[in-house]
Amino acid sequence: MNIVVCVKYVPDATADRRFESDNTVDRVGVDGLLSELDEYAVEQALQLKEKAEDPTSVTVTALCVGPEKAVDAVRKALQMGADEGVHVSDEAIAGSDYIATSLVLAKAVEKIKADKGQVDLVMCGMASTDASGSVVPAMLAERLGLPQVTFASVIESQGDQVRIKRDGDTATEVIGGTMPLVMSVTDQTGEARYPSFKGIMAAKKKPMETLALSDIGVDAGEVGLSVAWSEVADTTERPPRTAGEIVKDEDGSGATALTGFLASKKFI
Amino acid sequence: MSEVLVLVDHVEGAVRKPTLELLALAKKLGTPSAVFIGGADQVSAATEKLAAFGAEKVYVIDDAEIKGYLVAPKAEALQQLAAKAEPAAILIVSSAEGKEIAGRLAIKLDSGLITDAVDLADDGTTTQSVFAGNFTVQAKVTKGTPIITVKPNSATPDETAGAGTVEEFAVTISDAAKTAQIVASQPRKASGRPELTEAAIVVSGGRGTGGNFEPIEGLADALGAAVGASRAAVDSGWMPHTFQVGQTGKTVSPQLYVANGISGAIQHRAGMQTSKTIVAVNKDEEAPIFELVDFGVVGDLHAVLPAATEQIEIGSSIAVAFARTPMTLANTAHDLQSLSGGRFVLGLGSQIRPHIENRYSMPWSHPARRMHEFVRALHAIWNTWEDGAPLEFDGEFYRHTL
Ligand SMILES: Cc1cc2nc3c(=O)[nH]c(=O)nc-3n(C[C@H](O)[C@H](O)[C@H](O)COP(=O)(O)OP(=O)(O)OC[C@H]3O[C@@H](n4cnc5c(N)ncnc54)[C@H](O)[C@@H]3O)c2cc1C
Ligand SMILES: Nc1ncnc2c1ncn2[C@@H]1O[C@H](COP(=O)(O)O)[C@@H](O)[C@H]1O
Repeated sequence: MNIVVCVKYVPDATADRRFESDNTVDRVGVDGLLSELDEYAVEQALQLKEKAEDPTSVTVTALCVGPEKAVDAVRKALQMGADEGVHVSDEAIAGSDYIATSLVLAKAVEKIKADKGQVDLVMCGMASTDASGSVVPAMLAERLGLPQVTFASVIESQGDQVRIKRDGDTATEVIGGTMPLVMSVTDQTGEARYPSFKGIMAAKKKPMETLALSDIGVDAGEVGLSVAWSEVADTTERPPRTAGEIVKDEDGSGATALTGFLASKKFI
Repeated sequence: MSEVLVLVDHVEGAVRKPTLELLALAKKLGTPSAVFIGGADQVSAATEKLAAFGAEKVYVIDDAEIKGYLVAPKAEALQQLAAKAEPAAILIVSSAEGKEIAGRLAIKLDSGLITDAVDLADDGTTTQSVFAGNFTVQAKVTKGTPIITVKPNSATPDETAGAGTVEEFAVTISDAAKTAQIVASQPRKASGRPELTEAAIVVSGGRGTGGNFEPIEGLADALGAAVGASRAAVDSGWMPHTFQVGQTGKTVSPQLYVANGISGAIQHRAGMQTSKTIVAVNKDEEAPIFELVDFGVVGDLHAVLPAATEQIEIGSSIAVAFARTPMTLANTAHDLQSLSGGRFVLGLGSQIRPHIENRYSMPWSHPARRMHEFVRALHAIWNTWEDGAPLEFDGEFYRHTL
């Protein structure tokens, strides 16, 4: 069985995040890392491998589309236990929107499929922590013509049958599909493992492929900022919230102050 | 003017509020046409509502062939409708499912997609709030039919009626779209409180509640608010995941957000930072949540919230009738009346069954009849105190004879 896990390299949310002068996300000048939410996808892929009758027959490939530095995201996935890495990196990709990104990912999956004979599962995080669109998995399913079982909080599989639990907006659902399929997983699936020292050492020897757009059959003119399907006109940093009034509760004074504030704002 | 398609978000024909917001936004771009994918028996109720809020047309797509499958068939149906209607834009609610439909549709129509808009201008420029609410982005679709998903609470519904002309639209769903099956579906139980993403006020609790959400729920009910929770509270099993606010939960943007026993981690902020007014109660004055607040109380939520709740219930003079007996309430009201020099107005609310039975441990039945009798009992008691006549009230639910 072949599992491809899509891992994105994102700016660190706890550090500085900003835009470039052309209004694209600055991915190079800031600290970046493997999107936290994609660690859950890597974890679930590894668990599927470990639960398989013959774990050695399962290959987990980490796939990332992003600038040169984004190789760190693939490396982290390898350290956690993924078997192989594929990094699609090309100047032309910079500034791509969802439509172009999903195209590059889909073409890369097809390349992996051609190389390995088949891809049974494409796994994604529930959202990237920078764009947080939660759309790429559905778009990948659309492009690859595969079933989409997304927002999984619990995963069960038996042979090529997959069942997941999905917390929808108005109902909790069980979604079923037959492999090959695209799956996205939520942070409800359980904590992701930390790379062990052994894992970190082993990762250095794992196969790692860097691909350009031409390697996966995408024309440079199909992607990137210049052909984006939408245009960002302006980005502005939200002014920091002005410091509010903080009171200490002493013998019930806090409740009175609180209701006083709520009344002054006409909430009560 | 061109049509603007609005995909209707509904539960069994009950149109949800975010759809009404989309209709208001659609009017800025063209003529709103609602797209209702549902059962034949649900059409009339839905159409009435959609027309009342400005839908000129309501396309009805029968969901018999669609409803057993996830997302893909709806995208296909919209694609077929878009080919016919040639809309100026397609608006969809920014729910998990809404965004997935939008994503697939964008590829089918080779059109630009903007997700999570919080505003929409007449020329189609959208406003988004990104990086945990730290940046505001203005963007516009430049190719194809703009597909825009809009967050709940981004606009005010506009109750200016439209014609609401119903037009049946037949779709052909491919087998390829029927591959992710909805094997089982368990509708969420109604909490009796406002919907988290739609509420004007949200009161949330975190690890600091220690698992006791009563003070949170009490304040929420006094304010008519929705209840939210941090991931720590959800992970501890104190609240279901659907209550979670934050990066991997719901994003809320209410008029007022009250965070209690929540430290204010970046992932939590991502879900509430754009709230208009933010209030926090936390016993640690160093808690990062205080950097965000308009008003903060450094204190124990278990003391501050119940006291505040009581003040609000009396201040707004809506007392939970069934949590008390007519006699205890008559007493309190009488005292407040003399203390306030005759300016006290007593309001009574029934609250909801779970609260009366589980929170106050009092009986609940026939709320209308019971309330009627409650009021008669109050009058009987006060009359006795006024004229000294013996009290003889013997009702179906209450008895006061001494
Ligand atoms: C990938 C990822 C996604 C995440 N997504 C989310 C998300 O969507 N939503 C979310 O909320 N978190 C999310 N988190 C978790 C987040 O990082 C924090 O761990 C979480 O928000 C902490 O919850 P808390 O504030 O309730 O708990 P804590 O950080 O433990 O804070 C508890 C607070 O309560 C105060 N307190 C304690 N007792 C009292 C008392 N008696 N009265 C008043 N105050 C008291 C303490 O001073 C403290 O400030 C995510 C984390 C990751 C890694
Ligand atoms: N550039 C990328 N490289 C690899 N995977 C990606 C990329 N962008 C998105 N993904 C995958 O798609 C998921 C959802 O992303 P998004 O739609 O941007 O929120 C992520 O969690 C990843 O698994």
